[in-house]
Amino acid sequence: MNGFFDIPSDLQHSYLGLIGLHLREALLPVLAGLLLALPLAQLCVRFRWLYPPVLGATTILYAVPSLAFFVVLIDYTGQTELTVMIPLAVYSLVVLVPAIVDGVRSVPRETLSAATAMGFGPVRRYLQVQLPIAVPAIVAGLRVATVSSISLVSVGTLIGNQGALGNLLADAQKYDRPELAVNSVITTAVLAILCDALLVLLRVALTPWMPKATRGRPKTGARRQLPAPQDVIR
Amino acid sequence: MNVLNFVNAFFSDSAHWHGYDGIPQRLFEHVQYSLLALALAAAIGLPVGLLTGHTGRGGNALAFIATAARALPSFGLLVLIVIVMGFGLLPVMIPLVILAVPPILVTTYEAVRSVDPSPVDAARGMGMRESRILFQVELPVALPLILSGLRSAAIQIVSTATIAAYVSLGGLGRYIVDGLYQRDYEKVVGGATLVAVLALGTLALFWAAGRLVVSPGVRRR
Repeated sequence: MNGFFDIPSDLQHSYLGLIGLHLREALLPVLAGLLLALPLAQLCVRFRWLYPPVLGATTILYAVPSLAFFVVLIDYTGQTELTVMIPLAVYSLVVLVPAIVDGVRSVPRETLSAATAMGFGPVRRYLQVQLPIAVPAIVAGLRVATVSSISLVSVGTLIGNQGALGNLLADAQKYDRPELAVNSVITTAVLAILCDALLVLLRVALTPWMPKATRGRPKTGARRQLPAPQDVIR
Repeated sequence: MNVLNFVNAFFSDSAHWHGYDGIPQRLFEHVQYSLLALALAAAIGLPVGLLTGHTGRGGNALAFIATAARALPSFGLLVLIVIVMGFGLLPVMIPLVILAVPPILVTTYEAVRSVDPSPVDAARGMGMRESRILFQVELPVALPLILSGLRSAAIQIVSTATIAAYVSLGGLGRYIVDGLYQRDYEKVVGGATLVAVLALGTLALFWAAGRLVVSPGVRRR
């Protein structure tokens, strides 16, 4: 009866249902963050003076703890999935903007000149030259954003059962069934590792020109530029 | 501005300012837990990071540890350890330290690795011992990045220590968790504000520390 995958009925979900819910709550915000980050990063590359204030503002936003973020939003969005997803989207945005800016900036000047000489306009040059070359840096940012987003969804259980797999943690205490907590932690970690691996595969697929030997590690030169939020884990 | 009204009401209520559940007491607890966790994590992460960074060995192992630690949900780990070990300070310290070590470790490793090799070679050519090279050449240059790793860890600890109130520890998270149970929204928002302010204070503290300890020659780059 008290099996590992027996989900208490108060959660109204099967094990697979919880996983689906968890992925939706974690990945939609990352997607939203990416869609917002691309134009914002492009603005920062175009107008250099914009980057330091944007970086400062995002660093401050990132310092706001997720639980604090969630509860402040309850007043506006209620105890819904949206309350969990908005902070996660903001965190993704914060991680992705510097990643994209550094990636796009790392494109060598000669490459840009060559593209211009071949008659590429600014839009086409951005889409077909700068973005593809920035893919490794962007995917590195996406990996951090995705993994932390998947792990942060669990905190949503504190604001009224909006934590998907994290709700198992509350139930583990409520019904004195520790195996539910083990299930929650392991499943969340496995989901994070799987999504991380998928992103690595995506990068390999998107950068067929890169030699195999250097695929595993991003260039140290690009690495050095990355600001602190990249390494924040919550 | 509804939230601002709540914040105002919370901080102007004098009952929140003294006693066992008062703001100074909770703030003190929170800072205490955070400092202890950061000190433990730094005591583990800094020496290992400096050593692996200096020798250049074990980079892959560190990357693996960092990925694994990132994948672990911090909140889930906290609840799980408390369920298994029971309540107390130690069960809360374990997940906080586990989560703070990787950013310190990896950033320190990367920071020492990415130091320009020419001054290091010059120091070695002048006959400096390895330990002096590490502490007098590599460490000063790597310091800004090492500090940013410590800052990431510190902010992560401050925000995760909030969640520790859920497993019956004190600290600023008490206001948020208790407030949610009591449907006392004023308390929740007040607690959230305090934690956010503390996190921003940590940010400012590290900025000031960077200005203070980082050599001007390194900073100007």
